[in-house]
Amino acid sequence: MLLTALAWQSLLSRKITVGLTIFAISLSVALFLGVEKVRTGAKASFADTISDTDLILGARSGGVQLLLYSVFRVGNATNNVTWESYQDIASRPEVDWIVPISLGDSHRGFRVMGTTTDFFDRYKYRGGRGLEMAEGARFDDLFDAVVGADVAAELGYETGQEVVVAHGLASFTEHDDKPFRISGVLARTGTPVDRTVFVSLRAIEAIHVDWRNGAQIPGQTVGADAVRQMELTPGAITAAMIGTKSRLQIFGLQRWINEYPEEPLLAILPGVTLQELWSLIGVAETALVGVSAMVVATALLGMAAMIFSGLAERRREMAILRAVGARPWTILGLLSLEALLMAGLGVLLGLALLYGGLLAGRGWIDQSFGIYLRIGAPSPRELAVLGLVLLAALLVSLMPAWRAYRMSLSDGMSIRI
Amino acid sequence: MDGEDAAMAGGTSGQAEQAIRLRDLQFSWSGRTSFRMEVPDLRVARGEKVFLLGESGSGKSTLLSLICGINAPQRGTVEVDGTALGSLSAAARDRFRAERIGVIFQMFNLLPYASPLENILLPLSFAKARRARVADPRAEALRLTAGLGLEADLVCGARASELSIGQQQRVAAARALIGGPALIVADEPTSALDAARQGDFLDLLMQQTEAEGATLLMVSHDARLAERFDRVMDLSQVVLTSREGPGAGG
Ligand SMILES: Nc1ncnc2c1ncn2[C@@H]1O[C@H](COP(=O)(O)OP(=O)(O)OP(=O)(O)O)[C@@H](O)[C@H]1O
Ligand SMILES: [Mg+2]
Repeated sequence: MLLTALAWQSLLSRKITVGLTIFAISLSVALFLGVEKVRTGAKASFADTISDTDLILGARSGGVQLLLYSVFRVGNATNNVTWESYQDIASRPEVDWIVPISLGDSHRGFRVMGTTTDFFDRYKYRGGRGLEMAEGARFDDLFDAVVGADVAAELGYETGQEVVVAHGLASFTEHDDKPFRISGVLARTGTPVDRTVFVSLRAIEAIHVDWRNGAQIPGQTVGADAVRQMELTPGAITAAMIGTKSRLQIFGLQRWINEYPEEPLLAILPGVTLQELWSLIGVAETALVGVSAMVVATALLGMAAMIFSGLAERRREMAILRAVGARPWTILGLLSLEALLMAGLGVLLGLALLYGGLLAGRGWIDQSFGIYLRIGAPSPRELAVLGLVLLAALLVSLMPAWRAYRMSLSDGMSIRI
Repeated sequence: MDGEDAAMAGGTSGQAEQAIRLRDLQFSWSGRTSFRMEVPDLRVARGEKVFLLGESGSGKSTLLSLICGINAPQRGTVEVDGTALGSLSAAARDRFRAERIGVIFQMFNLLPYASPLENILLPLSFAKARRARVADPRAEALRLTAGLGLEADLVCGARASELSIGQQQRVAAARALIGGPALIVADEPTSALDAARQGDFLDLLMQQTEAEGATLLMVSHDARLAERFDRVMDLSQVVLTSREGPGAGG
């Protein structure tokens, strides 16, 4: 009606300042929602790092630590799990499948993981997606290696190339007497798999047969061909991924492992521990949300300042409205309505910027950061935030609106400029 | 509420022959200025065209804002068209003003961002009875502006800020007249115009006011304009002003 039409025309007559104000609000809204999207996307991607694995087994330590080294390849295991214990657990009736993991060596900054080819079938991420080969095949020969997408991209590796594994994580001693050949490259997953070199568990044994306490035993070196003849049963592994036959058995098996008498072991539920880990990172998350909320607040204060600064020259407008019968409340309403219109337009434009940005950038974000951003209608939480922006705009506009109200009362009919 | 609504309904009831009546009025601005005015008795008859003369700062605008009910006196009564403004609530006073009074200022009469036509129609949205009296607001606005010598395409097309000052004053006059309010109040409407155009504007304003059967109260400090009016009131004769506020030590 009239008030809206007046507010609208008044805004139109100040296109540039109003436009800039709306733009500032929309940028802040887009930023806030963008941070929100990335935050939830990162959280989801994080939680999606590993799925369909019921338990992770390792030597007794902290659950987060076990998750970090077994899944994220961060940090080190303090202890190993003996092959006997592993066999014991593998033969439990609840166990549907079990994949051993052996860590400890590295290749040019990337971790080397010894496992079985089952890993490529059992490792799932992002709600059940499996690993795929971008190139070549899984390891077959003892000295075959499969590399993750980042490893291949950063080091420029292709199948057929020879690589040498270094002993330990940051050492200069290399297992150069037993070079590996790259048999395949994995497709990108956005998980730590991309940054891992996979070899068979037997190969890990093979390169260590003639090693004791971190050094090759002098005079007892075993050649690459000789080692093929040996029976390469590992003495110990670092961790294992376990799937149970029924979800109901998970807790029973977990308890059984945690109470295993022969050796101190730990079994964790990856989902639960992932959440635990995320809550540790959560502080940064809160800070991020806080900063973007401040940006929104700044934009709204800018709007209030802009309305304030316009008041002086709009005094006569107020006097005219009063003279033709407008109530002081009408004038208060007019200014608040203007603020609401600006904030509303800002929110709409902000949404447009956000979704435009998401559509344009999400492929790149997934590729580069492994964060998969879902594009959907704004979540209830986001809608609540947008509602809050409008409410805050209304509240903030009450300051100048109240001043206009007072002015329209005190000026009477005299037009002051 | 009934009384107020009856007062709101407007029209010429006929009982009150005074368009304006001020009695024992006393007013002072609340604020730093110590301006104070007293009006023992002031009457303007219905249909009269009154010229109120007073020098700058003598309280002319203040008096008009009291008559329009924008400011309320500390003591005494203001009656417009037989209705005591003091008996109305603030909201009802605003509505009363919208219904019964058309206001023209010295300059800057119009909302700059709206078209002249929208400016003219503005009071109708605050005044139901005035709105009800015009069948076709647009046609009525054009009729009034034609009477005041403005072309239709200027009224509908341009923005108010694009008009000359003389044109703006005529649009303001049309806004004051539309819907037939009983009282037209003009606060130095000609002081921004040159001498020749002052005469033109006043003639048109008088003509239209007469045609609508309204009362005209115009204030000015320019005595030369007085001769066209029915009556000339010197502010210093009807209003007692003082610079000392009550209780202001010095
Ligand atoms: N809003 C206000 N608040 C406080 N004092 C005011 C206000 N408006 C006017 N006054 C004071 O009231 C006195 C009369 O002012 P007013 O505007 O009525 O004079 P005027 O006769 O209309 O003058 P002019 O011919 O210059 O328009 C002045 O002393 C002025 O300082
Ligand atoms: Mg004045």
